[in-house]
Amino acid sequence: MTDDLDRLRAALQAPPPAPGSQARMAALEAAMKNFDDLHDAPQGIADAPRSSEASPKRSGLLSGVWTMLKPLARPGVLAASTSVVAALAAVVVFSPDWMPRVGAPPLAPQPAAAPEMPVAEPEAVVVATPQAKMAPASEAPMMDMVAEESAPALASPPAQSRAEAPTGLAEDAAVGAAIVAAVPMEGEIAPAPPATTEDFANAKANHVKVTAEEPVSTFSIDVDTASWTVIRQSLNAGTLPPAEAVRIEEMVNYFPYAYPAPEGEAPFRADVSVFETPWNAGTRLVRIGLQGRLPAIADRPALNLVFLIDTSGSMDEPAKLPLLKQALRLTLPQLRPEDQVAIVAYAGSAGVVLEPTAAGDTGAVSAALDRLQAGGGTAGAEGLTLAYEVAARMAGDGEVSRVLLATDGDFNLGISDPSELIDLIAQKRESGTYLSVLGFGRGNLDDVTMQALAQNGNGLAAYIDTAQEARKVLVDQLSGALFPLANDVKVQVEWNPAQVAEYRLIGYETRALNREDFNNDRVDAGEIGAGHQVTALYEITAPESPARLTDPLRYGSEPAPIDAAELGFLRLRYKAPGSADSTLIEAPITAQNAPADADARFAAAIAGFGQLLTGSPYVQDWDWADAITLAEGARGDDPFGYRVEAVNLMRLAQSLSQALSPR
Amino acid sequence: MRLISVMRMETPDETLALAAAGGDRAAFAALVTRHYDRIHALAWRLTGSAADAQDLTQDICAALPAKLAGWRAEARFTTWLYRVVMNAAHDLRRRQMTRSRAADGWGDWEIARQDEASTEREARLWLEDAMARLGPDLRDTVALVLGEELTQAEAAKVLGVSEGTVAWRMSEVKKRLRRMAQEEAQ
Repeated sequence: MTDDLDRLRAALQAPPPAPGSQARMAALEAAMKNFDDLHDAPQGIADAPRSSEASPKRSGLLSGVWTMLKPLARPGVLAASTSVVAALAAVVVFSPDWMPRVGAPPLAPQPAAAPEMPVAEPEAVVVATPQAKMAPASEAPMMDMVAEESAPALASPPAQSRAEAPTGLAEDAAVGAAIVAAVPMEGEIAPAPPATTEDFANAKANHVKVTAEEPVSTFSIDVDTASWTVIRQSLNAGTLPPAEAVRIEEMVNYFPYAYPAPEGEAPFRADVSVFETPWNAGTRLVRIGLQGRLPAIADRPALNLVFLIDTSGSMDEPAKLPLLKQALRLTLPQLRPEDQVAIVAYAGSAGVVLEPTAAGDTGAVSAALDRLQAGGGTAGAEGLTLAYEVAARMAGDGEVSRVLLATDGDFNLGISDPSELIDLIAQKRESGTYLSVLGFGRGNLDDVTMQALAQNGNGLAAYIDTAQEARKVLVDQLSGALFPLANDVKVQVEWNPAQVAEYRLIGYETRALNREDFNNDRVDAGEIGAGHQVTALYEITAPESPARLTDPLRYGSEPAPIDAAELGFLRLRYKAPGSADSTLIEAPITAQNAPADADARFAAAIAGFGQLLTGSPYVQDWDWADAITLAEGARGDDPFGYRVEAVNLMRLAQSLSQALSPR
Repeated sequence: MRLISVMRMETPDETLALAAAGGDRAAFAALVTRHYDRIHALAWRLTGSAADAQDLTQDICAALPAKLAGWRAEARFTTWLYRVVMNAAHDLRRRQMTRSRAADGWGDWEIARQDEASTEREARLWLEDAMARLGPDLRDTVALVLGEELTQAEAAKVLGVSEGTVAWRMSEVKKRLRRMAQEEAQ
């Protein structure tokens, strides 16, 4: 066995085919040429390598590309700088239309640092850009491509590496990367997924909290759904998703639920139900569901959309620019004649591609989309600034302006300082122009930066992998994504120690707030848009439950509950759009709150699915089959087939994980 | 002159890199000359193709000045450099995929020279076969751990994954090589 490794070592260490002295000279020459270009130094100084044949022709271009790419090379910095309240760990926060700007997970152990960036400057070196032909932007080839990708299914990630990670989430951010490695089936070589430079935002899973020690749990709302899409894409490609890509609240929030609509002028309504935990008979789940007021589509204000489109060379893949064009075409019929659309491209075909145009003029918009071409390395400097300028030109009284940034993760937007970028986005947010980010393609997806940008822009961050997803994000949710109902929505639950000995918030790790942040209106949180829904699940343990993980304190002070029957007390704060002061909503959580309906059970099944994917220690004797059964029985109406899809993905995950189990 | 170049040779990479980032031409020249072979060797181990390795090395060298301008001395220079090479190789793979070329293989080198000794050829074919079985992630990992003799911790830093992941990958490599040996024996 070691012999095999030694043999491979020896073979690999055999001298590589000699590069040839000319190649060497040419490379060194190019290096020096670019160095001089960069530093504007005179040529021919002392010990520079010299060559008789100069061939640095490609270098000028590359150097230019580099200068452009450098700016946001360190997403970690960007993410960290979004944290308004500097607390324990820099947690990357996320969001679609609600986004908290603060990350301080109560128990996160690491000192502030950028997540997952072991080495600085990991940008890929962009070499010559291929000018490959675009695939036609029709739906059919898209689907074919997805199907092809899933063909090599049943690749097997390392089951044991999951088991190794003690709490399932702690250090296995990286284990996820291993899981990406595909293992060939007997005898034949399965194509492994391409190596990626993806960067996901996540934080350590929430622990069980002891109510007597920490009775109050505070977090910001999240209506993002990007995590679900990434998970789906991974499973369809035949691998379990990297654990750090799993954010349970985003999985749960992906699905529509039938929550009661708010009454009167309230922007949203909270609905609470308590039911038995599917994976633990000794605990109960508390589901808090928020329903945003449904948009009055008829009298929505006029909308100004600026599409800011990444046309860099890396977008030149079927699942990127062509899909993006298709996605944007899908939104056009949803717009009204008085709405306006403009298109700005950065990198490649840079500049204003479409001047502000009435949305009704679909021919002009469509023709402009056709003109977009990926490729080239034209500096995209001021792409974002330009988009904002265009948006400012379009804005009229009472109108809503949005910049929609579509990219595969190279945020080479031409602004060199991440904090400058954040400031710009935040400033534009204050002036009413929000920024949403749509991610396309896997492999280079920079989840962290994507989330950070959208979060600061009060926008939505979504990941689009298929035409179906494009429809869901852009069309079904266009209204919600574009019309905010309430800003800085924070949730705080105070648990009653007489009824709840321990509790655990499932998901929302990247959304945790400090207890004192709740009443501090300067602390930013997530937004909720028209028609949006948010679901949060707590797992709670009664003091007398055998499932209790901690022992009661011998010398603990006796709690004196006001109403011993209440499980806890729910407080919500939000700001009406444009208002600086928050409004408070309060409601007790009682055990009599509605029992588990299909929606609640389905949400629980998805939360269980997420915990299985991350190897959560809280899900012990409950397995994939249980999750499937629970979800199957809770499909309800499911008019769009989202839940059926979820069940199928659970089955896929089950097969994949079984294929990986140690024999 | 000679004295200077001797000093340069002894100057740590990190110091040279900092100087180069600040515009010191001689420091940059020393650095790139010192590491050219290292870059080329890793490029070859990652691609298995002499042509690709040569192009990749050229492109990396050309991109280094701009890359270095962002050098913050947050990691060892070689770790940083390996990562640059790794990313360039990944980028190459991606581009090859968009051209619908098989990005999956390793090898694809020129037809063996006729006069190549048969043992050499055998060794080369074995390596090609072995690497092809590993898949990109495992190949990247063995290129660093076996080819460059990095520790698992160093390789993890370069790859941007945890040490545990590297350990897992290496055990996976062992498994596959064993399977390959078993097949050979049959």
